[in-house]
Amino acid sequence: MINRKDLWLLVLIIVVGAVVAIINPRFLSPINLSNTANLIGLFGIFAVAQAFVIISGGIELSVGSVIALLGVIFIDLVASEAVNPGLAFVIVVAIGCLIGLLHGFLVAKLGLQPFVVTLCGLLIYRGIARYYTEDATAGFPFGASFPTLEWLVAGRFYGIPHSLIAFIAITLVMGVVLHKSVFGRYLFAVGKNEEAARYSGIHTARITIAAYVICCGLTAVAAVFIAMYTRSISPSSHGNFYELYAIAAAVLGGCSLRGGEGSIVGVVLGTVLLQVLQNLVNLLGIPSSLNFAVMGSVILIGVLADQQISRRAVRVKAPAG
Amino acid sequence: MPEPFLKMTGISKVYPGIRAVDGISISVSKGEVIGLVGENGAGKSTLMKILGGVVAPSGGTIELDGVEMERLTVGGSMRGGIAFVHQELNLFENLTAAANIFIGREPLKGGPLRLIDECELNRRAEPYLNQLGADFGPEAPVASLSLAEMQLVEIAKALSLKARLVIMDEPTSSLTASETERLLKIIARLKAEGVSVIFISHRLAEVERSADRVVVLRDGKRVAELGKDEIHAETMIRHMIGRDLKTLYRPPAKPPGEPILELVGVRTAYRPEQAVSLSVRRGEILGLAGLVGSGRTELARTVFGLEPLKGGEVRIRGEPAPIASPSAAIACGLYLVPEDRKRSGLIVDFPIRENITLANLEVHAKHGLIDFGAEEKAALKQRDRLDIRTRSVTAPAASLSGGNQQKVVLAKWLSMQPQVLIFDEPTRGVDVGAKSEIYRLMRELSDHGVGILMISSDMEEVIGVSDRVAVMHEGRIAGFLDRGDLSEQSILSLAVGRIAA
Repeated sequence: MINRKDLWLLVLIIVVGAVVAIINPRFLSPINLSNTANLIGLFGIFAVAQAFVIISGGIELSVGSVIALLGVIFIDLVASEAVNPGLAFVIVVAIGCLIGLLHGFLVAKLGLQPFVVTLCGLLIYRGIARYYTEDATAGFPFGASFPTLEWLVAGRFYGIPHSLIAFIAITLVMGVVLHKSVFGRYLFAVGKNEEAARYSGIHTARITIAAYVICCGLTAVAAVFIAMYTRSISPSSHGNFYELYAIAAAVLGGCSLRGGEGSIVGVVLGTVLLQVLQNLVNLLGIPSSLNFAVMGSVILIGVLADQQISRRAVRVKAPAG
Repeated sequence: MPEPFLKMTGISKVYPGIRAVDGISISVSKGEVIGLVGENGAGKSTLMKILGGVVAPSGGTIELDGVEMERLTVGGSMRGGIAFVHQELNLFENLTAAANIFIGREPLKGGPLRLIDECELNRRAEPYLNQLGADFGPEAPVASLSLAEMQLVEIAKALSLKARLVIMDEPTSSLTASETERLLKIIARLKAEGVSVIFISHRLAEVERSADRVVVLRDGKRVAELGKDEIHAETMIRHMIGRDLKTLYRPPAKPPGEPILELVGVRTAYRPEQAVSLSVRRGEILGLAGLVGSGRTELARTVFGLEPLKGGEVRIRGEPAPIASPSAAIACGLYLVPEDRKRSGLIVDFPIRENITLANLEVHAKHGLIDFGAEEKAALKQRDRLDIRTRSVTAPAASLSGGNQQKVVLAKWLSMQPQVLIFDEPTRGVDVGAKSEIYRLMRELSDHGVGILMISSDMEEVIGVSDRVAVMHEGRIAGFLDRGDLSEQSILSLAVGRIAA
C-alpha cells in the first residue's frame, strides 16, 4: 500500500525528528509527544477531509471558517441551550454535511469554480460565526462542567489523546473508502479524467458532491474536537488558516491539485510532518513569528524535490521505451 | 500567365507508418484561385500546415520568390505573405475587430508607457474592412459578430499583413447560403486585386464556381490538376476516389434480424432543424459515412446521452429507451467507443485493469468494497480474449500502443452485455495489424446479435466493413446504400450533398 513517495516522506519525518531530538531532547518527553499527538489528531481529521475534495479535482477553502462557525454552534448548544452533547454533535455534523452538499451542488451542478465557491464560503461562515456570538468569545460559563463530554473528546487513554484515537479510526475508515471502495475508484476517475468517467457511465456530479459532503462532514467532527480543546472560541480568529494547513498536508502527502492523485497514508504523513515542524520551531527557539515561513519553505522544497525526482524518472524511462 | 511566386516541388511528409503527403508539387501565381479537393485524410491539411511552416516536410523543396529552401518557418511563411483563414477561427472574442486585425502589431503612444493608440488602431483597420464590404465597424467586439463576419475579420487581418496568398480551409462549411455567396464575391474581389487564394472545400459546387484551377489529392498524392474548362463536380469526384479497396469484407454469418436500434426523428442540439431516422438490425454492421462536420459524432453523442435529445425517440429492441445520460444508455445496453480515445475513452494514467472494469465495477464489489481478486481475474480474461499485448494489467493504459489502447476501451464494454455498440472512428491511429483484429471482433459481435453502428471517415473501412451504409450530409441522412451499391463514388456523391446518380 505504501508507495515510494510516502516512504520518502516517512524518512524525512524521522530525520527531522531525530535532528530535533538530538538538539533538544525534550522533543521525546512524554508530555511533548502527547501534545504533538493531540495536534496531529486535531489537524489530521480535517486534512484527510480536504484530501477527498482535492482528489476530486477541487479545493475547499472554507475549512477554517466552518470550524469556527460549527465550534461556536456546538458550544452554544451545549453550554447555553443545554442540549445533550451527543445530540449537539449530531446536529453540528449534519450542518457540516449540508454545507458540503451546498458546495458540491454549486460546483458540480451549476459549474461554478471550486475556488470561488469555497472562498465565498470562507467569508460567509466567518461572518455568520461573528454575528452569531456578536463577536464575543464563546465559551463555557464559569464553573460549568461536562465531565463525560470532556473526557470523551479531550481526554487521554494511557497518555494517548482521544483526538489521535479518533483520527486513527477515521483514517482507517476513510482509507478503506478511498482505496478499496467503488466510490473511491470513481473519485479518482472523476479527478483524473472527468470526461472519460462520464463516458463510462459514472454519475460524475454525484461523486463530486459526495466528496464535498465527506469533506465538510469530517471537518465538522474536527470542529467539535477543536472546540473542546480550546474550550473558548473567539469567532474572528478561531481556525484561521486551517484550510491552508489541510491543503499543505495533502499536497505534501502527494495529492495533486489537478486532481486524481493522492493517498491517505500520504496525507497522514503530511500532517505529521507539519506538526513536527511546528514543534521544531517551538523547541529550537526559532522565533514563532517565523512559523509560517518555515512551513512554507519546507513544502516548497518538498514539492520541488518531488518534481525533479519524477522528471528524472521520466527521462530515465524515455530512451528505453 | 505570370511566373509563379510560390513553388512546392516533390513535397513529402512521412509520419510513423503513413505517408501523409507523397511527392506533391504545386505552384501559385499572382491573382489565381486554386481549388484543393480530396477526401478526409487525403493530405490537404498536412500540405497546408507545411505551407504555414507549422510542419516541416520530410522531403522536397519550397521556392518562394526564387529562393529555394527545405522548409518554411511560421515567421518565414508570414513574411512571405501567406495567410490562413482557418476552419476554426483563431480570434480573440473578447477584443474588438480592429484589435484582432492588428494583434501583436498595435500602434503605440505614450512613449515608454507603451499604451495602445485606440484611435489610430481603428483608423488603420477601417480601410481593410471597407475593402471587404463589411457592414460593421472596427470597434465592433468580435463576440457580437456572426461566424461569417468573423471570417471577414480574419481576411482583413490577412490583408493587413500584406498577404499575397490567402489559404481558406473549409471557409463555407458553417455559413448560410447568402453568407457563402458573399464570401465567393470576396474571393473574386481578392483575385481582382492580385491576391491569390487556395480554396479548400468539400462543397464542389463552390469550387466549380470560384476556382481557376483545381488540384485533386488522394492518399497524399496529387492525382489530377484540372484547368478552368475541366472543373466539374463529376470529374473531381472521379479523381478523388478510385483506389483499389482491399477486400477486407467479411460477410455476416446469417441474414440480419429485427431492428435492434432505431432512431426515429432524432434531433440533435448541433443541428436541431434536421431529424435523423435510421435503424440497425440485429447481426448487422451499419456504417455511418459523411464528411467531417456532417454531424455524425454529434448524433452518436446524443444517442449515448451526452447531449440533450432535442426531439424524436431512440428505441432499443423495439422499446423506447430512456437515454438521458450515459449511465441510462449503458443500462439499456447501448455503449459508445468514442472518437478521442485518450480524452474520452480511457483514463490513460489508470492501470489497464481499472480501465477495463471502470464501467462495471459494481459487479466486482461487495457492499461497495472492491474485490480486487475478482477485478484482476475479469481484466485478465478480457486481456486474453482481446489479445491485449501487455505483460501485466497493472501497467498504465498510456504505456500501450494505439491499437491496444483501443482494445482496452472495447474490453471495458465487452465485459458487460452489449446490445448496441456505436464505434466512432474505431481504428483512428491504430496500426494495420490491430485494425484487422478490431474488424474481426466487430463481425464476431455482430454475429452474436449485437447491433453495430460504425462512424468512419475512412472509405476503405466504410466499404470494407459495413453491411449497409447511411451517409450524412449537414446533419441529415442523405441516403442509404446497400452492400451491392457501395462504392466510393456512390458514398461521396451523397456525402457532398448530391443525389446519387
